[in-house]
Amino acid sequence: MQVSMTVNGKSVSADVEPRTLLVHFIREQLRLTGTHVGCETGYCGACTIHLDGDAIKSCTIFAVQAEGAEIKTIEGLAENGQLHPVQEGFWERHGLQCGFCTPGMIMSASALLADNDNPTEDEIRHGIEGNLCRCTGYHNIVRAVEYAGAKMRGEEPAPPDWERSD
Amino acid sequence: MATTSVMGGSVRRREDPALIQGTGIYVDDLSPVGLLHVAFLRSPVARAKITRLDTSRAEATEGVVAVYTHDDVAALGPLLAQVPIGKLRPLLAAGEVNHVGEAIAMVVAENRYVAADAAEAIEVDFDELPAVIDLKQAASDEIKIHDELDSNILHTWTYHGYWDALGLEDQSPEVEAAMEREDAVVVSMEMINQRLIPVAIEPRSVMADYQSGYDRFTVHSSTQVPHALGGAISKTFGMIASDVRVIAPEVGGGFGSKLNVYNDEILVAFASKQLGRPVKWTETRREASGSTIHGRGWLGTATMVGTKDGQFLGYKLHALADMGAYTQNFTVAIPLLGLWIASGQYKMPVSWTVDCVTTNTMTTDAYRGAGRPEAIYYLERIIDAFAREIGMDPFDVRKKNFWQPEEFPALMGCGFSLDTGDYAANVDKLMEKADYPALMEMRDQARKEGRLVGIGVGSYVEVCGFGPAVLAEIGFSWTNYGLPASFNGSGLVRVNPDATVTVVIGTGPTGQGHETTWAQIVGDGLGISVDRIRVLHGDTREHPMGIGTFGSRSVAVDGAATYEATLKVREKAAKLAAHLLEAAEDDIVFADGGAHVAGSPDQRVEWAAIAKAAYQAHTSPDDVDSGLEAHTAFSPGNATWPFGSHIAVVEVDPDTGNVELLRYIGVDDCGNEINPMIVNGQIHGGIAQGAGQALLEDAIYDSAGNMLTGSLLDYTIPTATDLPSFELDRTVTPTDVNPMGVKGVGEAGTIGTAHTIVNAVVDALAPLGVKHVDMPLRPRRVWAAIQEARG
Repeated sequence: MQVSMTVNGKSVSADVEPRTLLVHFIREQLRLTGTHVGCETGYCGACTIHLDGDAIKSCTIFAVQAEGAEIKTIEGLAENGQLHPVQEGFWERHGLQCGFCTPGMIMSASALLADNDNPTEDEIRHGIEGNLCRCTGYHNIVRAVEYAGAKMRGEEPAPPDWERSD
Repeated sequence: MATTSVMGGSVRRREDPALIQGTGIYVDDLSPVGLLHVAFLRSPVARAKITRLDTSRAEATEGVVAVYTHDDVAALGPLLAQVPIGKLRPLLAAGEVNHVGEAIAMVVAENRYVAADAAEAIEVDFDELPAVIDLKQAASDEIKIHDELDSNILHTWTYHGYWDALGLEDQSPEVEAAMEREDAVVVSMEMINQRLIPVAIEPRSVMADYQSGYDRFTVHSSTQVPHALGGAISKTFGMIASDVRVIAPEVGGGFGSKLNVYNDEILVAFASKQLGRPVKWTETRREASGSTIHGRGWLGTATMVGTKDGQFLGYKLHALADMGAYTQNFTVAIPLLGLWIASGQYKMPVSWTVDCVTTNTMTTDAYRGAGRPEAIYYLERIIDAFAREIGMDPFDVRKKNFWQPEEFPALMGCGFSLDTGDYAANVDKLMEKADYPALMEMRDQARKEGRLVGIGVGSYVEVCGFGPAVLAEIGFSWTNYGLPASFNGSGLVRVNPDATVTVVIGTGPTGQGHETTWAQIVGDGLGISVDRIRVLHGDTREHPMGIGTFGSRSVAVDGAATYEATLKVREKAAKLAAHLLEAAEDDIVFADGGAHVAGSPDQRVEWAAIAKAAYQAHTSPDDVDSGLEAHTAFSPGNATWPFGSHIAVVEVDPDTGNVELLRYIGVDDCGNEINPMIVNGQIHGGIAQGAGQALLEDAIYDSAGNMLTGSLLDYTIPTATDLPSFELDRTVTPTDVNPMGVKGVGEAGTIGTAHTIVNAVVDALAPLGVKHVDMPLRPRRVWAAIQEARG
């Protein structure tokens, strides 16, 4: 089947098997391998992308269902060589360890902040609840999102909490 | 070594720019021209004879290149194991299956969809046999699982016997005698330390490319131990080691699950060799749940004997540990790691027996903590129950029995000595940080209001930094993969002609930030900016020897090796600088990208000039060889023994049994820290996995051996809403086992957490008379305990 969509600002069209998952289309045909597959069943969130501005799990839909959609993947998040504030926050606040869940986590967090750039800790935790991380215990992910929110509001982020007084 | 802001500084990670932009490379991201894909047919039954296996329909499927079964690979033998006690895993099922998920056949096809379809088209008939899942049933030998073994009990670890050479006495009689004392308070409980699934978010993936013209392999694998895998492949196929190049690129979490060499890795290499094309397999989440190793799985009775005023007189544990159906890498040796810390931080005699039992389930092996969370769980839970029984504060009981600072190195009954520690100071710092009296007051106030609030405390000591040569004698080595025996650290430091530095290490990160930490170690020693240092790892071609990343050993063993190699390079560079500056070698100081004469900062030469001199013989002194590099193998005399104490604050909803973790406070001691930011991150993740075991996670097989928790919907690891932000601090008691004074921190959080949370929940339920609830403390189980207590 023929499918066309816009991915990271570029029009793409391709011939796909109808059963091809959107995540496999992105990874294997478009060669955008930053979107990861962790469970293929919609629980882990490693495959999270933006579809028409919403964070969705790209293993839960077929490529053909994204016909005509505007897709953004992790590779398209930085603009003009400038990291997105969430990407910067993950780096500055040690929001990642192995990095496998990170692209999906960043896509969820950036969608959350696009709706609300001043979320409470509770709102952040609920906002990324659909993305599993096994390395960080989420602590520094929450700090990273708080950092990004502050940046987006034009405020100075709180200092990192590993800077202890002793 | 010169103190600069680099060592001990929270330097941002060099690893991150690629990973936050989606440009990091994991195995499944690779797809070379001509790549073939693998799918396995796996057993849907737990124990059966295979009476018919027909692959013809799969072979006839369009796009299928080959289908392999046991007969095709029988000559390659079973999967190699390091501690080969028990039944070794056949590469593909050999006429029988022994657990759900066991690989029966391998399909190789042009794409993953076709491979999966074809695997389903294979026809198998089974003659089912009764599965043995329950540990007590298995230990009774009522049904023996493997005909060729005498018993389902594969091995028994006891506190004594193994260390006879050290002349240690069996302390069991002392413990038994203590129980008979008139003034003895004896508290005993049977507890489950349930089976867990490691759940690295990156599924395991392996890609092999056999180049027939050169008779050599390039294998990419999502592994913690590339050198071990390279050794296993070269041994299996009768090749020399340098013809097998194994690369572990970015690895998306391991936690021990990628510390095994797996049958699928050998099989994918086999297929590539047969077909002359690159072949890749990436496990599905269901395969990750049922065919990658599990951890824990103990059922044990812990007994504490002490006096009414809180003096411990002895501790006894008898447990059954589930090994699963087949022995893999370290399987049967895992409980031994628990034995080494059986007495925890306490000076007391111990009687300790763990029976390693085979069942019709997936193999167990090292999962974060590996034997140590189990040992500490039983000990710290029974201490909590003992303190409750005599009505003493749980911290006071612990402090009364700790080894005292002046008693280190403290020789334990197991034969190992605790290196350094100040356990009471660690507890004091935690109590102060948490404002412990205020917490107790808050709890008591909440109780008056009828709320079920609990404060749990827990301590731990662990054993890590696996490198002492003595470990090799008991099977902790890679000798069965053809590598040298001992788990030495390896560090190579090379100053390049352009004055940048290449560091090659014997461990590779699965998220621990080695590229950053090692750059700090070397940069600090040479006075070179971390931006000019590249740390290479995970590629057997870069270095002939590497032990891998596990047992919180990386910094304490390979880091120490790198530190020593750095000193050697600096020594040689000082000769060169002295020559260039016409000064005495002893007066050379390295700082800020160059060397100068002590006391005369103007008499200075840049690293660029030193490096240049090193690589052109005519400008270097006659007695200095050309080049500027050193390799060091570090063999520590002891393991390291990090420790810590934690407090959990919970509230239980009496109507639903839901446990809310309100606060989690930890003071850990891992010796000196190189990068506190990374240390914090390791502890955070460790706590989350301990909390996962305490509250949520349970790998369940039903009585017929069906895996009931094969997806992440059924096997629930913590999400962001299940955990609070953690409140951390540290005490710092450097070790004297290695020159940097570092102990390791990869597993500490996990080892310290599960019992702390269970202690908190039991504290919350104590007013109702509840003494124990088995993990995981999911609402239904807690609710049932409340109902039962209320009658």
